[in-house]
Amino acid sequence: MSARTDYRHWALSAPALVLFTTFLLAPLIMTLVLSFRHFDFYGGIDDSVSLASYAEVLGDWYFYEIFGRTFAIALATTVLCVLIGAPASYFLNRMRPGFRSVMILIILGPLLISVVVRTLGWAIILGNRGVINTFLMDLGVIEAPIKMMYTSGGIVLALVHVMVPYMVLAVWAALQRQDPATEAAAESLGASPLTIFRRIVLPQAMPGVLSGSLIVFSLSASAFATPAILGGRRVKVVATSVYDEFMNTLNWPLGAAIAILLMVSIVVVMVAWNRLVEARFGRSYA
Amino acid sequence: MRRNGPFAIGFMALFALFMLAPIIVVLGVSVTPTGYLEFPPSGLSLRWFRAILDNPDFIDAAINSLKLGVVSATLATLVAVPAAMAIDRRRFHGREALLAFFMSPLMVPTVVLGIAFLRFLTLIGFNGTFSGLAVCHAIIVTPFVLRLVLASLSGLDRAVEKAAVALGASDWTVFRRITMPSILSGIIGGWVLAFITSFDEVTVTIFIVNPSTTTLPVRLFSHIAQTTDPLVASVSAVAILFTVAVMLLVDRIYGLDRLLIGEGAK
Repeated sequence: MSARTDYRHWALSAPALVLFTTFLLAPLIMTLVLSFRHFDFYGGIDDSVSLASYAEVLGDWYFYEIFGRTFAIALATTVLCVLIGAPASYFLNRMRPGFRSVMILIILGPLLISVVVRTLGWAIILGNRGVINTFLMDLGVIEAPIKMMYTSGGIVLALVHVMVPYMVLAVWAALQRQDPATEAAAESLGASPLTIFRRIVLPQAMPGVLSGSLIVFSLSASAFATPAILGGRRVKVVATSVYDEFMNTLNWPLGAAIAILLMVSIVVVMVAWNRLVEARFGRSYA
Repeated sequence: MRRNGPFAIGFMALFALFMLAPIIVVLGVSVTPTGYLEFPPSGLSLRWFRAILDNPDFIDAAINSLKLGVVSATLATLVAVPAAMAIDRRRFHGREALLAFFMSPLMVPTVVLGIAFLRFLTLIGFNGTFSGLAVCHAIIVTPFVLRLVLASLSGLDRAVEKAAVALGASDWTVFRRITMPSILSGIIGGWVLAFITSFDEVTVTIFIVNPSTTTLPVRLFSHIAQTTDPLVASVSAVAILFTVAVMLLVDRIYGLDRLLIGEGAK
């Protein structure tokens, strides 16, 4: 090969590289810059550099409440996804191939349906005159409807539905790497099912659970459509308040500052989580 | 391997019900003859499907979504296939960074992408335009195409290509006659996944559409925010049926589990 051909990989990547640099990298840098711009309601955005937007977010308990709620929702969603998704992946692995294909379709198929459509389904189920409340009132179990729409709990339930496929994918991928013979070997050596689960299955599933948790947590913390529909104006999360700043209040620097803080806090949580996991499980689950 | 016991079977049945519940409810409500959301429906009626025809804005939004999906998936495929060739075939300085850069739209929170695109498109005067939307969607869906094409490339036997080169075929001929046909199912699978992702996208899109370029998910979202009538259910039902049809088609061409799980992806 001549020296000339050594740069062909850059020629092949050039179209994607130009597209991504112009339409992804530049806009992201501009958003960062935007968050340091000064804003006033009469003059709009000017070119001076200012920390006013960050000061406004960090100095207002209203935003701490929104961030706190967002991360509480994301954490609850992650925990529930582990509790549902991890055993589901384990059972999935032990199903007969025919049933397993159907089950994979049921679990992963909804990923291909718009979040708006799926959330609409939950709104119909959870509403005051929705499926659950009508059913329970017809049975006479409850007198008045239980409030589930416009609550954090309702948002968590719908988010679990949106996110649990990612957890199943992560844990299942980890279990696939496991050699089924190890379980059989442990069994033939007289290990009880509990011991097999604790000493063989769990350590192999753990990396999947941990990486799945990271995906679910970061996607839930930045989710928009589900909290917007099920939370309305009453239960605000970070993503919906960014939307309000950009589309309603039109204070773009403040909206950009909130979004940057969301991104930074997600990264901080993920790095801390990785550290914690490595310190705790690094040796036993490496 | 041991089979599942009754607890496991019960757990999986409940899990399946949970996953299907919102979809079944939407489909059920869409056939109601009444004027309000009702499940289970008291009768079977196509009333709310006929109502879609009286709401051309939903039809326009659906057409916009289809066009956007086709254009952005095609654009993403055109840039992702050569990039995948470079990343899979060659070992060069910056290769890992390049791959991370092209996969980064999956890492950045969608709401951040939304405002970044909004800011950028507003400054260059393209906000709300179809071409602006298409380019932004192409960026969002490129990682999906790239991942599937890379997976197909890594499973490829290179001996045939080497034989063709030894027999004097040019690089372009090798790609056109040997590499491309072998990874075609990966390219098609990636294109379809990109199309569906674009068709469903709402969080980024809601920042950068205007009323004339609005997409189906955004139109549904704003309708639900104001009122919920069975019309949103019937429109959603059409969208669900469309997705199922695409899924069946993909299953024929590429294998649905391969598309969703990414078997062979390294």
